[in-house]
Amino acid sequence: MIIRIMNEGQYEVNDDLLDALNKLDNEIVELLESGDETKFREVLREFVSMIRENGEPLSADVIVESDLIVPPEDLTLSEATRIFSGEGLIPD
Amino acid sequence: MGLFKRMELVVKSKTNKLLDRFEDPRETLDYSYQKQLELLQQVKRSTATVVTTKKRLELQRVKLQQNMQKLDRQAKDAVTAGRDDLARLVLERKRSNELEIENLTVQIGEQEIEQQKLIETERKLSAKIEAFRTKKETIKAQYTSAEAQVKVKEAVTGISEEMADVGFAIDRAEEKTENMRAKSAALDEMVELGALDEIGGGDEIERELRKIRTTAGVDDELARLKEEMKR
Repeated sequence: MIIRIMNEGQYEVNDDLLDALNKLDNEIVELLESGDETKFREVLREFVSMIRENGEPLSADVIVESDLIVPPEDLTLSEATRIFSGEGLIPD
Repeated sequence: MGLFKRMELVVKSKTNKLLDRFEDPRETLDYSYQKQLELLQQVKRSTATVVTTKKRLELQRVKLQQNMQKLDRQAKDAVTAGRDDLARLVLERKRSNELEIENLTVQIGEQEIEQQKLIETERKLSAKIEAFRTKKETIKAQYTSAEAQVKVKEAVTGISEEMADVGFAIDRAEEKTENMRAKSAALDEMVELGALDEIGGGDEIERELRKIRTTAGVDDELARLKEEMKR
């Protein structure tokens, strides 16, 4: 599958990784609710590096839709809250 | 719903808007290409803003470094006049000045990282736009086939995702830079007024903490200065 790490690029990753990613994704959501910024950033970094380490970056001239889109690794808690509240994050 | 599903929704809502905009998919291709070129210009402008802000912070740091010499001289003058109270005040101000130099160095480093990221974004986006242009011409040339219609959707969806990503990157960089500019303007004012110790503004806790940091070690520093002047 193809995963886009926002503000970084796309990676071709084996489908097997999905379970592990889902697990961390759930953890991130819990941390977001508890408001623990330090831990939130730590798990998000782990999540993103898991994709990076297990994936092959796509060449810059490939144009393809991703199967998964994940936030940038330096996303702050307040930015994540904005994503969750559905507020516009990306300008028109 | 997880964070990556949300992120996906944010990005995809952009894509669908574009695909629904035109009857003729060929128009979608041209429109999208136009938007890509505009976006590339926007990335370039953002990079320029980041560079300007970085330079401004660097200038400020130079000013504060020069200020250090003045404060050193004042501290010595105060000691010579036997005014330890005044010397302490000057040394606190010097410490405050030092802290601000440290802060600026961190901020300059952050702006440098933003600049590098934007340059990389520009490079990648340029490559994508070039690939899109080639694809667009190929699709248009063979447009009669039903297959071509699918290709339009694929190309536009793929590039729109990229564009949403770049838009997000620009937005984040600009927000960070805007914050730094605001802080930098406030700092200029404080230096102008000789009131560095008032940084933190209305935030009492922030001011208290800063006071602790600026007064710590002042006695030692004063003793050291006196020792030095005896020689």
